[in-house]
Amino acid sequence: MIELKDICVTFAKGTPLQNTIFDHFNLQINTGEFVTVIGGNGAGKSTLMNIISGELLADAGSITLDNMNVSHWLAHQRAKLISRVFQDPLLGSYADLSIEENLSLAYSRGKPRTLCPAVTEATRSIFRENLQHIGIGLEDRLTDKMGSLSGGQRQAVSLVMATLRPSKILLLDEHTAALDPKMERLILSLTQKLITEKKLTALMITHSMSQALEYGNRTLVMHHGNIVKDLIGSERDHLKATDLVEFF
Amino acid sequence: MNMIQFLGAVQMGLIYALVTLGVYLTFRSINFPDLTIDGSFPLGAAVAASLIVSDVNPFTATLIATLAGALAGFVTGYLHVRWKILGLLAGILTMTALYSINLRIMGRPNIALLTEPTVFSFLTGSNGILYGIGAIVLVIGYLLYRFLTSQFGLALRATGNNMRVSPSYGINVGFMILIGLGVSNGLVALAGALFAQAHGFADISMGSLTLVTGLASVIVGESLFHSNHMAIVVISCILGSILYRLAIMLALNSQIAGLQASDLNLITSVLIIMAMLIPQIRQKFPLKSRRSL
Repeated sequence: MIELKDICVTFAKGTPLQNTIFDHFNLQINTGEFVTVIGGNGAGKSTLMNIISGELLADAGSITLDNMNVSHWLAHQRAKLISRVFQDPLLGSYADLSIEENLSLAYSRGKPRTLCPAVTEATRSIFRENLQHIGIGLEDRLTDKMGSLSGGQRQAVSLVMATLRPSKILLLDEHTAALDPKMERLILSLTQKLITEKKLTALMITHSMSQALEYGNRTLVMHHGNIVKDLIGSERDHLKATDLVEFF
Repeated sequence: MNMIQFLGAVQMGLIYALVTLGVYLTFRSINFPDLTIDGSFPLGAAVAASLIVSDVNPFTATLIATLAGALAGFVTGYLHVRWKILGLLAGILTMTALYSINLRIMGRPNIALLTEPTVFSFLTGSNGILYGIGAIVLVIGYLLYRFLTSQFGLALRATGNNMRVSPSYGINVGFMILIGLGVSNGLVALAGALFAQAHGFADISMGSLTLVTGLASVIVGESLFHSNHMAIVVISCILGSILYRLAIMLALNSQIAGLQASDLNLITSVLIIMAMLIPQIRQKFPLKSRRSL
């Protein structure tokens, strides 16, 4: 379970550009929930992600992961418990490293990095197996550079990277926004598949109202740093994408 | 060009291969333009020479010189990581400070080692020093290859490739920069210590071209092999350094071009500038067959 309590975030404090994003923000995500988040620009969706991942430290408030207070942990420390897929396929992985090196880096997440070889026959077969599982034919291209893949392929590998090691929560930051509609569907169904199979807890930001309701089992509508609607169960099931607009 | 000149250039290339590997580590692996090395090369020479004339075992002296270089790298890294001083400036500041420190260590602008025991003393034959340095470079190259392909080394290279995403894979970016600078400057100081012992002197001004020489050698090596395989990268750094020395010697020996020794800096700078411009020019005027899909 992940719990955000009384989170306060203000950008550019003490300047004329002062901008309060969160004022005593609270959120609780239960283990096994796949939460989708929707909201307009400036609603605080990305800030929420950055607060959880530790890329941004809150001015006040606490974040607990399974009763562990991680409020003061830095991003690289929280990576033990949190995995993430970024919006931009170019920025979310290592373009100049090979696919197997990318996977190896993800495979070491949360473990001490030793002077043992990063890629061995044993790890290579684990990587091949995981790539085979997503079925887009990358298992024979382990030594190719990540940068040689298309945006969609890179996001697919990024998903494998994020789910290679267990995590308390998987953060998906509009991870299909940069893709064409066909690839978007593929990556989303792949996301759903991996989350279901590995019984992950996930938080996904999306820009599409239909996606927000189609995927996952709980939907948050955010507006100006507040959760204006928390949809779950039958209420969510009966809602149409067009109904969501009213909450903005 | 005669045989003595040729072997001299190869030997010089092998010593500077350690510098080249250090430059690769900073400029390419952690993407940090480190100027500290212009100070840590003479630092290595100064520490080794001063200890040897004080009757310290030359192997111990060389080891301490290497560690002193690593320490200099840590200082630059600390200034950058902890206090957010621009990387380029942090390196310049450490390098500037090292000039005074090196003078303090030596107590005078240069130390002669011609009559002192060195790590090469037990090697006999006319090319003993050359083979000795060759062996050291091979061992260091192999160790570096193992380091760069290890889990830790991969995380270090990842840092330079994409600094933003690295924390989300649990990589402590600041720590990686610190280690990268430490190892790099350790290698460069080792090169300085070996140079002093091979050539029989340590001099306060011997570091002035370290960075550009190393960078030019990295570029020469990269133009030989386009590969991301670490074994090939290490080999291309070593070969790049030797070829750079040979090319410089050829250029200065040829009567036709009318070049003289003082043109070395100009040639080196032009070489580096060309290597940096060519990819941009290619991008701006792509050949039709190279068009992306």
